[in-house]
Amino acid sequence: MVIDTRVCQKHAPCEDCIHACHHIHNVPQIPYKKHEIKWIWKDEFEHAFPDTAHEYANEVLKGREFLLLCNHCEHPPCVRVCPTQATFKREDGIVMMDMHRCIGCRFCMAACPYGSRSFNWRDPRPFIKDPNPEYPTRMKGVVEKCTFCTERLAQGKLPACAEACKYGAIVVGDLADPHSEINKILREHFTLRRKVHLGTGPSVFYII
Amino acid sequence: MLEKALVGSKKYYALVFFLAAVFLVGFFFFLKQLKFGLGITGMSRDVSWGFYVAQFTYLVGVAASAVMVVLPYYLHNYKDYGKLTIFGEFLAIGAVTMCLLFIVVDIGQTHRLFNVLLHPTPHSMLFYDMIVLNGYLLLNLICGWTALHGVYKGTKYPDWVKPFIYLSIPWAFSIHTVTAFLYAGLPGRHFWLTAVMAPRFLASAFCSGPALLLLLIYIVKAFTRFDPGEKAIRALAKTITYALLANLFLFGCELFTSFYSGIPGHQFSIKYLFAGLHGHMKLVPWMWTAYALMLVAAVLLVIPKTRNNLGLLPLLCILVVIGTWIDKGMGLIVGGFVPNPLERITEYMPTFPEVMISIGIYAAGFLIITVLYKIAISVMESRGLI
Repeated sequence: MVIDTRVCQKHAPCEDCIHACHHIHNVPQIPYKKHEIKWIWKDEFEHAFPDTAHEYANEVLKGREFLLLCNHCEHPPCVRVCPTQATFKREDGIVMMDMHRCIGCRFCMAACPYGSRSFNWRDPRPFIKDPNPEYPTRMKGVVEKCTFCTERLAQGKLPACAEACKYGAIVVGDLADPHSEINKILREHFTLRRKVHLGTGPSVFYII
Repeated sequence: MLEKALVGSKKYYALVFFLAAVFLVGFFFFLKQLKFGLGITGMSRDVSWGFYVAQFTYLVGVAASAVMVVLPYYLHNYKDYGKLTIFGEFLAIGAVTMCLLFIVVDIGQTHRLFNVLLHPTPHSMLFYDMIVLNGYLLLNLICGWTALHGVYKGTKYPDWVKPFIYLSIPWAFSIHTVTAFLYAGLPGRHFWLTAVMAPRFLASAFCSGPALLLLLIYIVKAFTRFDPGEKAIRALAKTITYALLANLFLFGCELFTSFYSGIPGHQFSIKYLFAGLHGHMKLVPWMWTAYALMLVAAVLLVIPKTRNNLGLLPLLCILVVIGTWIDKGMGLIVGGFVPNPLERITEYMPTFPEVMISIGIYAAGFLIITVLYKIAISVMESRGLI
């Protein structure tokens, strides 16, 4: 996935992708911040890239917000630590969750260096305003995160966030295919990935 | 031998019923947690492990420390520990049981616990932790029980138990090493990502565990005719001293690496714990108390005159137990989560139900220890050994 943060900045404070994702996947809106659940959200440069940010940062980056979500790492630490394989990497590289197998030990949350995982500290269902009957809700006591819309990919659709973006800021594609559109974009633009030095191989790229 | 647990003095019954009642109160709060979810605790999206996991970690250390009496007795034939080893092993049984209970209350989907067995995953450190902890419980049950049965029958322990005793020694080291590996192998958690995590765990275990054992022995000594002997107590005090010094030394190593290198990420958690970060300083008084207690204890334990003062020693043991408990049971786990991976700060304090559930588990553990110690004392009394 490539996110063109220039486009996001131009159309701030657009949150169409976040709303689409959270609505389709029945992500609850819990007002108590400690129990918050989020699959995709926005944060500032210094928090999205704490190892890259510095005090002389370019004016361009001031006020620019970065979409944060699961990086679907090439070497995912969450998958390494999960004691039940409830989170696993698919052959196509997507890091998936089986919420029916998850025992809620939260080892994956400690292991994820991107803070991409949320835990259902309580029953999430009362906090889903407009439930989508086509996607399951979760129960208390399990971890959840972005699934790269595997259910939509299986139907030949784009992930909800990419489809919802009117300005084409989010592009998804096959990194393994050298002729794919996404590889063309990556060749032509300077991009950043979050915390590359940890060796996790994040698959979300940011055009600055 | 179990029948010895059923008859006792009024004080013994009172203690058993008191601990059982406290356990039931904790169990009541656990039922509330089952109903509401783990949101009943102080944990959050950012601090996703808290008091339960911290108590688990501390108690794995207490369990492992039984090896500090088992090793000298069985490998070096240090006869003075003869009476103490059974108590060390029984303390380990109680401690491991508490560890397992703290895991049970910490997971979000309690009834799915056995998914860990159903889908064994050798690349997860929790898989090994499950094996070593349950194995250690079994080893101590076998070794402690057969040793006591030997006393009961008036014979020596049978030969077949020897391999289990020898195995229990490296196994004790393994339980705390694997527990350290739960934390020390996570990218992006600078506070835990350190090679001295396992050695530091062992050092703090080998001072806190024997200190707790000595305190229990002092209590047993006050209420029964049991006396491990001054020589044994003094020897164990030396073990506590060396382990406490090693623990403080390894903490100093952490400080050097973090602050001499000057890498900010390595300093954040330590700064949060000891000075506060951006005005967040809930744990600061706790951490200074912990290190002040450990330092005072270290100085007084190093000086032979104060260490060998058997009246003062229990007080020093209390300092060691409280100091290491705050360090590991409060600071270590929470410190690893502050700041979060996005360098934002969410603080943590356990809630009332969380503390009650934890106290309930401690009551269950001490109930087991009380019953086992009672059996041991009665068996020794019946043989005229004490």
